[in-house]
Amino acid sequence: MTIAGMTGEAGQPIPGTHLFDGDAAKKGYAINAMCFSFNHDENRKAFLEDEAAYCAKFNLTPDQLEAVANRDVLGMIAAGGNIYYLAKLAGIFGLNVQDVGALQTGLSLDEFKQRLLDQA
Amino acid sequence: MAEIVGAYFTSHVPAIGGAIARGDQGDPYWKPFFDGFPKVREWLNEVKPDVAITFSNDHGLNFFLDKMPTFAVGAAEQYTNADEGWGLPTYKPMQGFPELSWHIINNLVEDEFDPVSCQEMLVDHALSIPFELAWPDADAWPVRVVPIGINTVQHPLPSAKRCLALGRSVHKAVTSWQGNERIVVIGTGGLSHQLDGERAGFINKDYDAFCMDSLASDPDAMTRDSIHEIVRLAGTQGVEILNWIAARGALGPAAREIHRNYHIPISNTAAATMVLEAA
Repeated sequence: MTIAGMTGEAGQPIPGTHLFDGDAAKKGYAINAMCFSFNHDENRKAFLEDEAAYCAKFNLTPDQLEAVANRDVLGMIAAGGNIYYLAKLAGIFGLNVQDVGALQTGLSLDEFKQRLLDQA
Repeated sequence: MAEIVGAYFTSHVPAIGGAIARGDQGDPYWKPFFDGFPKVREWLNEVKPDVAITFSNDHGLNFFLDKMPTFAVGAAEQYTNADEGWGLPTYKPMQGFPELSWHIINNLVEDEFDPVSCQEMLVDHALSIPFELAWPDADAWPVRVVPIGINTVQHPLPSAKRCLALGRSVHKAVTSWQGNERIVVIGTGGLSHQLDGERAGFINKDYDAFCMDSLASDPDAMTRDSIHEIVRLAGTQGVEILNWIAARGALGPAAREIHRNYHIPISNTAAATMVLEAA
């Protein structure tokens, strides 16, 4: 499906879209709390020094732990991650939202950038 | 009596802050976006506001999911920016205007809105970047600020209709304010973009054109879609259009467009900048 075709039908679910609602906020509380902590440089450093210990401190769920270990952005979202918080985790690895977009869509970074340009 | 001199709207993509920090304004990727700003600065220099009432959403700097207010009004003496975790510089603090903030809070509640009042509030790139774009050479911001936050992060979000009504209620509050300030209304965020999910990278030029065309003349047209349909049309983060809708309400009943710039893409976003004046 092309990106332009991804609006779907009014009243129906939105293709490729996961609304961050109360269920997601409840499910994702731990991973989002960990990512919120990355507003502080010392916490970003602590994560890089011992990722497993840092995740353990925030009681991540098994799904969240697996998604973080695999750098699986869609997995993090499925486990309740909110993209604004996840972007702080991505920042630790030097990734921006275009990199994160490419990771989620299975495109290379150049292909993802082209997808954006194609909508101009 | 205080005067609302007009309203300024712009996207607030964090990457803009990176481009400013690197001095990339003239780079071919960035130029079409930054070219929208000389006109904004010229206009601000003419109308000379000394107060800004702003509508934006926090991105996980001030508010976390432990407490997520639908509407929040800052009532602090000063608002500082801080590390957001993705490498932006820390921006200059903003001076508050607590007397006007409380006047607005009192009037909103009188008008049956129920905002959270914040005597401490960090402001993130959603305010700092529009300010950097508007007043790039300022040693200190020329305006005192009343920042109003709208939840665009965690559903349920307030409806577009409710956001327009909130803005209109702020306008009503300003008309009963006894000061003689010159107030600019600022709405930030959008336009269409989606950062998350398999639809990441979604942009909708037609919907953006509808929003920009409706903003001055018929803002109610933008309130007919539910939040779900706005997300469908604008993207999961394009729903930041709610900030524009509220700001449009605060400008006053009739408006005319005096400036527009639109460019795809900046980062993952259809970037837009507009200036409206009361008509």
